[in-house]
Amino acid sequence: MDWTYLLIVTVKVIVVVVGLLGGFAYMTLVERKVIGRFQLRIGPNQAGPYALLQPIADAIKAVFKEEIIVTHANKVVYMLAPAISVGFALAAFAVIPFGPDIHLFGRTIPLQIADVNIGLLYILAMGGLGTYGLILGGWSSGSNFSLLGAFRTTAQIISYELPMGIFVASVVLGAGTLRLSGFVEAARPWYMWIWLWLSFPFYFTVMLAETNRSPFDLPETENELISGFQTEYGGIKFALFFMAEYINMITASAVMTTVFFGGWRGPFVAQWPLLGVVYFTIKTFILLLLFLWVRASFPRLRYDQLMSFAWKLMLPVSLIYLAITACLVVLV
Amino acid sequence: MSGLKELVESTQQLAQAMKITLKAAIEPPLTVESPVEPIAVYPRFRGRHELRRYENGMERCIGCALCEAACPTGAIHVEAAENTEEERHSPGERYAKVYEVNLLRCILCRDCVRACPTEAIILGRNYALANYHRQDFILTKEDLLNPPEPNVIIRVKE
Repeated sequence: MDWTYLLIVTVKVIVVVVGLLGGFAYMTLVERKVIGRFQLRIGPNQAGPYALLQPIADAIKAVFKEEIIVTHANKVVYMLAPAISVGFALAAFAVIPFGPDIHLFGRTIPLQIADVNIGLLYILAMGGLGTYGLILGGWSSGSNFSLLGAFRTTAQIISYELPMGIFVASVVLGAGTLRLSGFVEAARPWYMWIWLWLSFPFYFTVMLAETNRSPFDLPETENELISGFQTEYGGIKFALFFMAEYINMITASAVMTTVFFGGWRGPFVAQWPLLGVVYFTIKTFILLLLFLWVRASFPRLRYDQLMSFAWKLMLPVSLIYLAITACLVVLV
Repeated sequence: MSGLKELVESTQQLAQAMKITLKAAIEPPLTVESPVEPIAVYPRFRGRHELRRYENGMERCIGCALCEAACPTGAIHVEAAENTEEERHSPGERYAKVYEVNLLRCILCRDCVRACPTEAIILGRNYALANYHRQDFILTKEDLLNPPEPNVIIRVKE
């Protein structure tokens, strides 16, 4: 525990935070471009070559917008809520290994901010705490509709946390560890890989609901329900909620990459460790594109459909999956 | 077993939806980049007004103000003056000294075109009528006689 250790950790934190924020900024552009192509449009194309300056223009617009705080708002909580959302969204990424250990100046540096031995639990906890941002944002706006939006959000996230938790438990059973670097290095026989990938569509669907993405974006429903909990937010505070949503999406993709697709593993990583970071980024990006593809394909669910989908389909399926995984682990 | 059948069927439907969007992503976009690329209009498209001339350069308009009378919204204003030997604008006795069209009032109904006895005023194919100042929406005689080349292609009959 000397000063170089602190320095290395600080540098890693800065790199990850800057990477996530940059990822968020350009994810909004990628989303608009890709959704445009899915809808036979071309998307934004004015700001710079390939609209590459679009996120910067959006940021400038959000920062310089007039700041409106509604009269009935509880000001402290109202200001704090977006920060809570973004803070926990960023914090969740801390345990994700984005590359193998690299050797630099006679030191071994793991490309992961913290290798916590309860990594997956930590991510679940951060996701749960991030929900407070949405709930407090809806409550502190002092508007009935925002509060109702917050309730909708809470009900949805709590419902979908159950099947997510059970799927995570079965994945943990298969790998025998909660440590995220353990998932990357986990050696499974081929039939266990197939069994693991069988649960991927279900886990992906649950993650769509957890990150409030379409077709489960009931918290927002911008065109029929005035954006739920963020009705009274504008300018940079609205952008912060937006940022939290996208960072959650990136984190969810990164977790799925780590758990289901071997994280940074790929050919030639042993020779060039930094190639692992590239593999990790590519895998995560493909999953993010899957999020966008799903958004372009399906209409939004009705609220009762959302709830019955969670309780009547996802929860039983996850329980059955957990039971069979347990049998496989014990018997085989 | 009906639940299982439903699950399989709905999964097939989801896959079909994703197939449709993927197909759309591969196809070229339908977007026309409007100010840069030309817009396809029909042959009888009615756009901005234009005043025509004869082949010898004479103005067709004789300042009769029938268009002003025919205009249902009062968008046209004509002031006529006598042609003299030194200053001849049109073949007839009189010509339009002032001819103004207020595009903020105009509804592009083509009544003025039907009223015109010399086929002087027509509706051209320029659809780009946006402007920054209210004053710029009033077309003067110079604007009408020298219309800008519209960025359109005319559709042929199929």
